[in-house]
Amino acid sequence: LAPWIPVVGLEIHAQISSNSKLFSGSQVQFAAPPNSLVSFFDASLPGTLPVLNRRCVEAAVMTGLALNCSINKKSLFDRKHYFYADLPAGYQITQQRVPIAVNGSLSYSLYIDNKMSQMVTKTVRIKQIQLEQDSGKSLHDDARSQTLVDLNRAGVGLMEVVMEPDLCCGEEAAAAVRELQLILQTLGSSQAVMAEGQLRVDANVSVHHPGEPYGVRTEVKNINSIRFLAKAVDYEIQRQIEELENGGTVLNETRAFDSKLGCTVPMRDKEGKQDYRFMPEPNLPPLILYDAKSLPANMNHQQVINIDWIHERLPDLPSVKREKLVEQYGILPEHSFTLLNEDGLAEFFESVVKQTQMKPKKVIGWILNDLLSYLKQHSLTVKESPVSSFLLADLLKLLEKKEISSTAAKRVLAELWKGEGKTPLEIVKEQKLELLQDQKELEQICQAVIDGQQNE
Amino acid sequence: QKVSVEVLDHLEHLALVDFRDSEGVERLQKAIQFADQLHEVNTDGVEPMDSVLEDRCLYLREDDVTEGNCAKELLENAREKVEEYFVAPPGNIPLPKLEERETFLQGS
Repeated sequence: LAPWIPVVGLEIHAQISSNSKLFSGSQVQFAAPPNSLVSFFDASLPGTLPVLNRRCVEAAVMTGLALNCSINKKSLFDRKHYFYADLPAGYQITQQRVPIAVNGSLSYSLYIDNKMSQMVTKTVRIKQIQLEQDSGKSLHDDARSQTLVDLNRAGVGLMEVVMEPDLCCGEEAAAAVRELQLILQTLGSSQAVMAEGQLRVDANVSVHHPGEPYGVRTEVKNINSIRFLAKAVDYEIQRQIEELENGGTVLNETRAFDSKLGCTVPMRDKEGKQDYRFMPEPNLPPLILYDAKSLPANMNHQQVINIDWIHERLPDLPSVKREKLVEQYGILPEHSFTLLNEDGLAEFFESVVKQTQMKPKKVIGWILNDLLSYLKQHSLTVKESPVSSFLLADLLKLLEKKEISSTAAKRVLAELWKGEGKTPLEIVKEQKLELLQDQKELEQICQAVIDGQQNE
Repeated sequence: QKVSVEVLDHLEHLALVDFRDSEGVERLQKAIQFADQLHEVNTDGVEPMDSVLEDRCLYLREDDVTEGNCAKELLENAREKVEEYFVAPPGNIPLPKLEERETFLQGS
């Protein structure tokens, strides 16, 4: 049987972290009474016009720069037409012809094998980033055969990140999206919490034989977590391969991922190929961005967005933070990945290192093997840890001073997890775990053991 | 050049317009002919104009919350509502296929 090459391309929608919406002054907030965060423009009442939110443009520029894109100094807005109850205008304002950023790249890493021993770095090309409106939410009430529409989300700013189909499997897709999530959270341009719909991923999947043209692709939607993204992509790859090997064909359709069944199913309501009748948005002139060279002399500062100014103020991206951790503390790259992957873990580690004399290379073992595995077992975040960085530092100080053995330290830690408010020193005394330092005492004990053996 | 029945049917689906009779179709034909006059201008090497606003400044608004909180007003116009939600049919109700709907286009 000829081998199959899977091809995966992702389209990611990230909700922009801003106070108000992309083209109107209504609030952006996750849970609120239905239709309370809706302006006349969001409801598409006649006579209303879009007014662009500066913060949303800045967020898109930051994200474009962080992803190594070229920022288009002139970008345009378009209308994408389709009918749906949660799109009151009958069109979405997006950037189809000339988006705000193009031709970037995202580097991500994954473990070479299941043993999690070595990491390899890969790159996925970013085709473009565009600004666009989010739609409202539809709640389907099948019992009464109706849909309830809440427009709170309608008009919220989105950055759509379109990746080239450089990925080949669920693991790569998950790793790439995780890195993008970390970057967005570091920039603050999006909080990128998938569970709250702030980061939505659609996967385009196809398979083909080497040397042959790309196969027909399906679009997989309704993926609610990074874990499910990997599952959905891998399932769809397998499904297509089986279909083709059994003499069937792959339909160019949209499928939804069913997390309970772990499979993809055809989506209803998607009537064939859509004709969106793109047209320029007549109510918005081109968006012009400036840099240090092209900065206009006599324009109101508030009306000017300077790409270089934004570039200078970008925070350290995750990849840079990891390099610094490796360089500063002598830990392995794999360690730095794990530290940044858990919210608050890097700060916890650095705090412990500051408070003890123990070599960071030794501290990291306690952080990753003991602390992290406990937190995972009990589904706790670093913030929720019953053992604070101070307690752990106290414990490691005792170990460093050789007042207890490593085995004893693990026992103390096990006791600390109970969160009963005892200090490491108190537990050591309670359980008599102090290391004996007295030479004479040790000799007496050894002699007694030897004597005991001789008596048998 | 006449607009084909397939295109007319496609347009009725996409835009939910109803050409209704030959006069409606004729009006569309005339509109296309009128716009086609643009082709008589030689635009080689000329950057397409986007809109007559293209050299205007795109105003940027500060990120402040200035509107919303008017659910009652918005829902006043709704024919049906359920507890501050708008009510819509369960999904898009697609226009029936050409053969299955009453339209003069069928005869064409």
